[in-house]
Amino acid sequence: MTAFARRAWLVLRKDVVSERRSKETLNALVFFALLLLFVFQFSLGDDRDRLAAALPGLLWLGFVLSGILGVSRAFLVERENDCWEGLVLAPGDKSSIYLGKVAGALVLMLLVEGLLLLLFAVFFNVDLGARLPGLAAVLALGTVGFAAVGALFSAMTAHVRARELLFPVLLLPVLVPVLLGGVKATEAVLAGEPLGAVAHWLKLLAAADVIYLTVGVLTFDAVLES
Amino acid sequence: MSATRVLGWLAVAGLGAGLVMAFGVAPREITQGNVQRIMYVHVPAVWVAYLAFLVVCGASVVYLVRRSATADTLAAACTEVGVLFLGINIVTGAIWGKPTWGAWWTWDARLTSVSVVFLMYVGYLLLRRMTDDPERGARLSAVLGVLAAPSIYLVHTSVYWWRTLHQPPSLLKAGSATMPAVFWLAILVNFVAFALLAAHFVGRRVRLLAREREAHA
Amino acid sequence: MTAEPLVHVAGLRKAFGGHLVLDDVSLDVQAGEAVALLGPNGAGKTTLLRVLATLTRPSRGVARVAGHDCAREADAVRRRVGLVAHGSWLYEELTALENLAFWAGLAGARPGRDEVLAALAAVELERVAGERVRTFSLGMRRRLSLARLVLARPQVLLLDEPFAGLDQRGGKWLDAHLAAFKGAGGAIVLTTHSFGRGLAVADRIAILSGGRVALDTAVGAMDADDVRRLYALHAEEA
Repeated sequence: MTAFARRAWLVLRKDVVSERRSKETLNALVFFALLLLFVFQFSLGDDRDRLAAALPGLLWLGFVLSGILGVSRAFLVERENDCWEGLVLAPGDKSSIYLGKVAGALVLMLLVEGLLLLLFAVFFNVDLGARLPGLAAVLALGTVGFAAVGALFSAMTAHVRARELLFPVLLLPVLVPVLLGGVKATEAVLAGEPLGAVAHWLKLLAAADVIYLTVGVLTFDAVLES
Repeated sequence: MSATRVLGWLAVAGLGAGLVMAFGVAPREITQGNVQRIMYVHVPAVWVAYLAFLVVCGASVVYLVRRSATADTLAAACTEVGVLFLGINIVTGAIWGKPTWGAWWTWDARLTSVSVVFLMYVGYLLLRRMTDDPERGARLSAVLGVLAAPSIYLVHTSVYWWRTLHQPPSLLKAGSATMPAVFWLAILVNFVAFALLAAHFVGRRVRLLAREREAHA
Repeated sequence: MTAEPLVHVAGLRKAFGGHLVLDDVSLDVQAGEAVALLGPNGAGKTTLLRVLATLTRPSRGVARVAGHDCAREADAVRRRVGLVAHGSWLYEELTALENLAFWAGLAGARPGRDEVLAALAAVELERVAGERVRTFSLGMRRRLSLARLVLARPQVLLLDEPFAGLDQRGGKWLDAHLAAFKGAGGAIVLTTHSFGRGLAVADRIAILSGGRVALDTAVGAMDADDVRRLYALHAEEA
């Protein structure tokens, strides 16, 4: 493993081990996901057809809301324990730390998305089984983009006033393409269409992923300063 | 006379010419009537704004590489002016839409995209305001300035596909390619005038921000 | 000796917004030398350390460590300095062993388990190597932060009030360790509020006051009272 990859791996592993032991973020997000389901049910009423039609949008609404809560904490542990300076002073290319954090955010979000899919299937009586491969592809593409921008903005807002507000305010406009692509592609998959029918959306998501990751890698040094 | 002052006077002349073009030279549009003339403000405004954001991207890159205070001041000033002109574009779009479509807002692809971009760059200004340390503010907003530029393309593409793949294309175009040349000429004249005005504003903001920075150094 | 000092500061100026913290600071520290920075609160001791640690850039002037400029060659400087300041750099949910291994690994080193345990033993924390840091007392956290430096083996140590939070025994251990570090050719810059502690290892004291070095003198045979008198003479309370 190159030194670069090793540092990214160290950061990822440290975050996974920390989270596994404290379970702070994951526990709260699990309950949040559950609550979201009830909120959706209560706001949209009992009309099954309306729910089915809104399903792709609701899924992504759930992903985005949970993502905002979860990923905004990406650098929380560094902030709270004064470890931020330690990261700043680590010699070498900082973008390895960025990629480690992106990987961590990705893992967290994929877990929550999997859970939300399960909850939707159970509580709204939707059969997602046959659609899973297509859904997985769409979710993967979209979540990479979310994690890439989310990790960058989480670091950016770490030392800024009103960071809990500024994080979603900065994140959401930039994520509009990911949201639109995700919802449209999910719509197609749930309707039984082949992935090829939404190839243009998938390509857009992939392009967004590449752009966000590239900018993140190139600029993270400037973000991770004291 | 400073460059900024010269730009200001040129802008005034340009705006005068633009007004003449918009109300005098350009004919009344057949289907939409006089309200179509708002196009001569609406279209140049967004072009000037996006030009400004391009400069923001370039200045942000320069700042990240060289940490030059001038680059940062230029980026901030251009963002402010860009946001202003986008605001003009959105408001004139809504004003045009009300008599034309009967509603202030119809989630038209162009207006929606522009609004999302507007929010992105308002976020840039908020980020600068919420950061206590000016050096950190400059760094972080430069990163945002670099990310926002390609995002403009992604936003426009995604919103356009979202709206038009199941619906007829938006009516709020600058006009089809078959629009008479005089309409384009009027738009162009106003674009130059707005660009001069924007440059004048940027010049004044840069001077003010630089003076503030010196006062604190 | 014509070799450039390990730490070289000349005409250093640092302002935060409109507030001038360091005005015209000059300081040299040779290899094998330890300098204790004294001064009232707000005098800029921590700021000077942070400039040397590359955590903040100077507004004007020169700051060099081991021949590298702190502002322009930050990466090279970071590889050569070890900083222990008020932040503990400790992840609560990781064990002492895991914390040390993480920071060492991030710096590019791959210490074996034995090496890390030896570093913990040096600060007498080997028995809690497998315990999570969240259970540690303040003194234990301080020692763990210092253990991080044992592993890193930098050329220059920058310590912000290193004796704070250490008991008698911990203080003696730190004195011994710093003396050994000097003996191996390293340079030390430490800040302290205490006139007694830190004297054992300091070769010189520098009193920072009004943003400048008001006094820079060898410790020689001075004791804590001598230092207190000098301090009262040269330091202006802000």
